[in-house]
Amino acid sequence: MSKYLLKRFLISILTIWILITIVFFLVRLLPGDPFISDKVTPEIAKNMLKYYGLDKPMHEQYIVFMKNLLRGDLGYSLRYKGRTVNQIVIDAFPRSADLGIRALIFAVIAGLMLGIIAALNQNKNWDKLSMLIAILGISVPSFIVGALLQYFFAVKLGWLPAAQWKGFAYTIMPSFALGLGTLALVARLMRASMLEVVNQDYIKTAKAKGLNQAQITWKYQIRNAILPVVTVLGPTVAYLTTGTFVVEQIFAIPGLGRHYVISIQNLDYSLTLGLTIFFGSFLVLMNFVVDIVYGIVDPRIRL
Amino acid sequence: MESKKILEVNDLRVSFDTYAGEVQAVRGVSFYLNKAETIGVVGESGCGKTVSVQSIMKLIPMPPGRIKQGSILFEGKDITHYSDKQMQKIRGSEMGMIFQDPMTSLNPTMKIGNQIIDVLRRHKEISTADARKKAVEMLELVGLPNPKGRINQYPHEFSGGMRQRVMIAIALICGPKLLIADEPTTALDVTIQAQILDLMKDLKNKIKTSIILITHDLGVIAGMAERVIVMYAGKIMESGPVDNIFLNPLHPYSWGLLKSVPRLDAFSKEKKLSAIPGYPPDLFSPPKGCPFASRCNYSMEICYEAMPKMTEVSNGHHVACWLTHPLAPAVNRKSAEGNKKNE
Amino acid sequence: MEITSSKFKHIGINSETNQTIVRPSITYWQDAWRRLRSNKAAIFSLILIAIFTLFAFVGPTMTEYDYKTNDYLSINQFPSSEHWFGTDELGRDLWERVWEGAKVSLFIGLMAALVQTTLGIIFGGIAGLFGGKVDMIIMRIVDILIAIPYMIVVIMIMVIMGSGIVPIIIALTITGWVDMARLVRGQILQLKNQEFILAARTLGASSGRLLFKHLLPNSLGVIIINLTMSIPRAIFSEAFLSFIGIGIKPPMTSWGQLANIGARAMRIAPYQLLIPGIFISLTMLALNILGDGLRDCLDPRLRK
Repeated sequence: MSKYLLKRFLISILTIWILITIVFFLVRLLPGDPFISDKVTPEIAKNMLKYYGLDKPMHEQYIVFMKNLLRGDLGYSLRYKGRTVNQIVIDAFPRSADLGIRALIFAVIAGLMLGIIAALNQNKNWDKLSMLIAILGISVPSFIVGALLQYFFAVKLGWLPAAQWKGFAYTIMPSFALGLGTLALVARLMRASMLEVVNQDYIKTAKAKGLNQAQITWKYQIRNAILPVVTVLGPTVAYLTTGTFVVEQIFAIPGLGRHYVISIQNLDYSLTLGLTIFFGSFLVLMNFVVDIVYGIVDPRIRL
Repeated sequence: MESKKILEVNDLRVSFDTYAGEVQAVRGVSFYLNKAETIGVVGESGCGKTVSVQSIMKLIPMPPGRIKQGSILFEGKDITHYSDKQMQKIRGSEMGMIFQDPMTSLNPTMKIGNQIIDVLRRHKEISTADARKKAVEMLELVGLPNPKGRINQYPHEFSGGMRQRVMIAIALICGPKLLIADEPTTALDVTIQAQILDLMKDLKNKIKTSIILITHDLGVIAGMAERVIVMYAGKIMESGPVDNIFLNPLHPYSWGLLKSVPRLDAFSKEKKLSAIPGYPPDLFSPPKGCPFASRCNYSMEICYEAMPKMTEVSNGHHVACWLTHPLAPAVNRKSAEGNKKNE
Repeated sequence: MEITSSKFKHIGINSETNQTIVRPSITYWQDAWRRLRSNKAAIFSLILIAIFTLFAFVGPTMTEYDYKTNDYLSINQFPSSEHWFGTDELGRDLWERVWEGAKVSLFIGLMAALVQTTLGIIFGGIAGLFGGKVDMIIMRIVDILIAIPYMIVVIMIMVIMGSGIVPIIIALTITGWVDMARLVRGQILQLKNQEFILAARTLGASSGRLLFKHLLPNSLGVIIINLTMSIPRAIFSEAFLSFIGIGIKPPMTSWGQLANIGARAMRIAPYQLLIPGIFISLTMLALNILGDGLRDCLDPRLRK
């Protein structure tokens, strides 16, 4: 397993490096002088010059760029005077992470339950209902779910606060809207996995041993069915991360996703760049973490 | 007189209700098994041997399967309509089963030791520590090297032969009265086959369980079974003591089976491999007569019209064939072979 | 039945009846079509999508308004007999805008899916067919591209290229083809080892002929399923991008863009978000149901 993990780790590092390089070159394609426009104060302009080495030739700029990143310095914002990208990340990321984790836990637990119930009641009402919820969950985009929830529960009924992030009640709708897509995916996958496992020979062996249904379902069926679901956690984290971009916007949550979207709308290229590198690297590392989890969970890979 | 019979199956009929209709997989099978006896069930794929035998343990999914008719008596008790809960008490403790493919018959995410311990703890009041001890003993008994170390490993760390030994350990650990072995060596290499069969013979003598051994390999039967049942298209064609079946088979299908075993010795004058022409009948609409008629050299008009009854030809040797009827022309096996040569 | 000696007349082997196959054999595609037909939800979805597509062209002609004319006298009006879907903050008729937007969203969805599929077939096919170094190079590239987060790339490209239909399609497809490439390669590797390929090769078939006449047609099932599932992914991506403001910008309109504007006006005019939201959701729902249905009937393992 350690060979497997080492290989995955190296590929992750390589991928991050490629991502950063692509970003570096793409930025050169931006029209005009994105970092030094007249809207920028001289003080910021000076920072930009120093940080990006804009007066140096291309290959030297690249080295400067890589050095900055290795130091962990993501640059400055063009709009927020005097604020560095790092500061913004440190301030806003925990909130986004909080939202993401709540959504993930909700989605995985509810999704697994839904998938298991559906599989155990195959073709009966519970199955049809669960799968209806699931297919709606993957079809209705999170921003629409979020906006609808906001309208009904906050504006019309007043049961929940419409926006911001100041207490438990504030987290309910955003987490739900963010997690619904993942819930649906996990439910469908778990159901399919359970149904495939139930036809395996070792289930017949378990029956032949005289074990009761509960034992068979838990130790034989679910334990094996859950493995493919773990593999989908990587894309799930990506889905949740990009989901925060819209959910935070709808619910006015001051998270990193919202900053990202605003930076794009504001043409704050420097901030956009820094956040792109941050998000990109974060997601690649999360995929690696999922690989570790999968290695722990599947005994066949563990060795 | 106390019955020696541990299992009695009477006129068992099992069908599957599929979207395309009813598949009559087992069409009136009757046999019995005595204590400490081993019977072999022989037949080609699809003849109903697995369905019959898995129906004894109610391992056939119902729906779509169902027991249409017939009865199954285990130790004198009628278990035909036992509920799943009632069957759970018997499975694993009174009856054990080993399956064909050892590579897929074990739970890949559970340690081997736990898979043996859970069946023991399910049926007996025993502490985990004691169960673990018994599991190690059992693994030693089935010839697994280093059982103490192996008990904490996962199935993928074992070879096919070793996994089958584990399966045998699991099936026998509660000391069942009946062991059903469904093609236990078919998926294994020939050398490993021999090892597993030797193991089973050894255990048979030690533990004195009754065994039903299913196989399509006649060689396996010859070494292990006392009696043989020959099945075809959901019915029993012939049954009797193993010597009778091998030395004096009475049913043309049995002749075909025995002839189709390739021979390496000088007695074989055949240059070609012999096969029975044609295919088994469709079980959606099985023929009303003898199912083997259209592939049989000796079939007669009556064979196509009605199914012959099982008749006892000599002590314990039964056959279902119109050739045994007094009005039928005399055919013996030697002349049957003679006819075949002239074709 | 009476047993007489005549019944014991010899008949012997009956070659007519000992080889009959009772059930007629049907081809893979016949079986697939039969199964699809019986899936009512999938058929209904197909019809729904057809209706939406039809209305995308016919809808705008049904009223006298058009999608870009402002009318400051009738802003934010709820749906009525005058404006079937109401109007937005600039007084533009929403019925018109929904159907004009439909054109854009559906077009992007379809085009992006087709380009991804084509690129995927090409790269996957070459990798699978030629194997060796070519395969290795292509697969290394695929591995890296898969590892890079998709949306990040898409957003980056949109930031660079600006908004519009062509930039969106480029952004979505530049790395979006890797899934299909993997699938196609996998299928071809599986098929390559089967005997009918060996037979064709022995008869002198060239690589091109092998690819087009044998390998691809047998991979068609997998390709169709993936293609059908790529369309809602593309529609979703476009809606997402337009919602955060970098997809389709005015004066052009798309469903995502309508949702963006609608979200802002939600408090006073909820229908402005609801209506495009319903259309996006229904289209994605229909495509997902259709995709599921196709997967059920084209998966050869599920053949009955």
